[in-house]
Amino acid sequence: MFNYLKFIRTRNFPHIWCPGCGDGIILKALIRAIDGLDISRDEAVMVSGIGCSSRTPGYVDINTLHTTHGRALPFATGVKHASPDLNVIVVTGDGDATAIGGNHYIHAARRNINLTVLLYNNYIYGMTGGQCSPTTPRGDRASTAPYGNIEPPFNTAGLAISAGASFVARADVYNVKRCEKMIRQALEKDGFSLVEILTPCPTAYGRRNRMANPVKLMEWLRDNTVPVQKWEKLSPEEREGKVRVGVLADTEKPEFTAEYRKLIERVQGE
Amino acid sequence: MSVDRSGKVKMMQGNQACAEGAIAAGCRFFAGYPITPSSEIAETMSRNLPGIGGKFIQMEDELGAMGATIGASLTGVKSMTATSGPGFSLKQENIGYACMAEVPCVIVNVMRGGPSTGMPTLPSQMDVQQARWGTHGDHSIIALVACSAQETYEQTVRAFNLAERFMTPVILLLDEIVGHTTEKVVIPDQSDIEIVSREKPEESPEDYLPYRETETGIPVLAKFGTGYRYNVTGLCHDSTGFPTNDSEEIEKNIRRIVRKIEDNRNQIIDYREKMTGDAEVIIFAYGSVSRSARSAVAMCREEGIKAGILEPTVIWPFCYNKVRELAEQVNTFVVPEMNLGQMAREVKLGVEGKAEVVSLNRIDGEPIKPAQIVEKVKEVV
Repeated sequence: MFNYLKFIRTRNFPHIWCPGCGDGIILKALIRAIDGLDISRDEAVMVSGIGCSSRTPGYVDINTLHTTHGRALPFATGVKHASPDLNVIVVTGDGDATAIGGNHYIHAARRNINLTVLLYNNYIYGMTGGQCSPTTPRGDRASTAPYGNIEPPFNTAGLAISAGASFVARADVYNVKRCEKMIRQALEKDGFSLVEILTPCPTAYGRRNRMANPVKLMEWLRDNTVPVQKWEKLSPEEREGKVRVGVLADTEKPEFTAEYRKLIERVQGE
Repeated sequence: MSVDRSGKVKMMQGNQACAEGAIAAGCRFFAGYPITPSSEIAETMSRNLPGIGGKFIQMEDELGAMGATIGASLTGVKSMTATSGPGFSLKQENIGYACMAEVPCVIVNVMRGGPSTGMPTLPSQMDVQQARWGTHGDHSIIALVACSAQETYEQTVRAFNLAERFMTPVILLLDEIVGHTTEKVVIPDQSDIEIVSREKPEESPEDYLPYRETETGIPVLAKFGTGYRYNVTGLCHDSTGFPTNDSEEIEKNIRRIVRKIEDNRNQIIDYREKMTGDAEVIIFAYGSVSRSARSAVAMCREEGIKAGILEPTVIWPFCYNKVRELAEQVNTFVVPEMNLGQMAREVKLGVEGKAEVVSLNRIDGEPIKPAQIVEKVKEVV
């Protein structure tokens, strides 16, 4: 059996996440992925913003930086740019990354700075009590959308791809092995690497949307996620309401800190 | 302007002097966002940092620039950002974070008029209270001012030294006149510049507590990547750096963060005074206004008016004791400033009713002229 303890700060347990929340599943997948890559704990930094997802760093025994709402990416950019030898992992949520931190999200992707970003997407603001987020599906209910959400949701992964991220994947906590694999690939990639991870929030989202039972939310993930290979074979009608998972983009692009290193060499050579 | 630190005399803008001073102080990271009248600081840093292995980045906005500055500093790299009024407002969120998490860094605000977009190309001193109270929550802050390019160079070095020593963000307030006036700067030899760098933990990582209670109240934060795997947060935390709801721990930590500056205020506060010995009226002036005020004192003396000048070079913490001491001797303080009396409030607190405090205000983007100050002095003596 895998020993998680060497990466866990047990002093901070029990964790704050609700029963049925998927964030702990991501935490375990992340630890297995880090361990598989033999990343030094002393040289790894985890940066987060605000929200349920952003409490992850507190439980991981590496250098951890819990910042302000939406700003994990700028802090992480400062860490990585100043000290490129550090491995920098960013943990954020749908509200943190695509609402209040939306500008940082697109620009970090455009810059293609070597950060591994795990975006926990639970379709809702969980920590503050279930308000509508930029990924809440149209028609769903939230504490600030009591009559149903009239706004269309962001395609968060698509946003990162079009902004310039070199690696973008989508995973979910039902398919745990795939989730771990996507995280590992993102950690290995030299460039801005995003893994959007669908994770259930029975407390703040499920309760308002006829899925209060955590099992129902897990079943939803099982029944509505489609791997990319299979997705290609589906008709537009068959794709309706389904979510594509797997590696969505994997390209080679100039990475920011490597480009800056070249710039320094060029200037110093003059 | 090329980088030359050989003790030469150079002509440069205050903004360029700021960048040169930062590099002399050991700054090797700058994150910024373009804004008038501070952009020359970012431009100079973008030109000069790569050649010495430093890092520059133009961020997507002011919030990002402040965040990146803090992130870089946590890896042990001396870091700075620069802005003006509207950008200073946006930076307040993460200035508060730097106060709470005790991350040393320097924030330069080349003041222009406000509120809102205000007067982008004209001077003001309207952000002096924002420097003190701009971010939410109880905290203490160190803020410096400068009146010339020369002093900007020196105060930038000092800002870094204070940040590193007290483990806190330090604000340097210039104004548009100081930032954009090209004048003589004597750049000292690098070996003559006093440089302070943050302490390193002496204990082993196993025994390390980043925010433990110390005699001075100043924490010792290890650089990320050196084996001390601790947590940094903007939430109320205990000595371990982890969030806590323990009311005793919360109070202890916030009081320590305030105390480390307030208890050491005598080591931080600094001012110049001239002709105060026999003065009957004191002109209290700072930033570019102090240059007009010095001329005004000379003009007053020529006319037989016993005027003196008190020029703080550190405005936060404020020099209440010095003001109180002078209030015993003089009848009146005249406070000329390019705002509606923001520092006059502090002078009033300082005099404790023992002297009259008279404001002279300009908020039209025009500098305060010596003759205006003399006229005000004549009204009150």
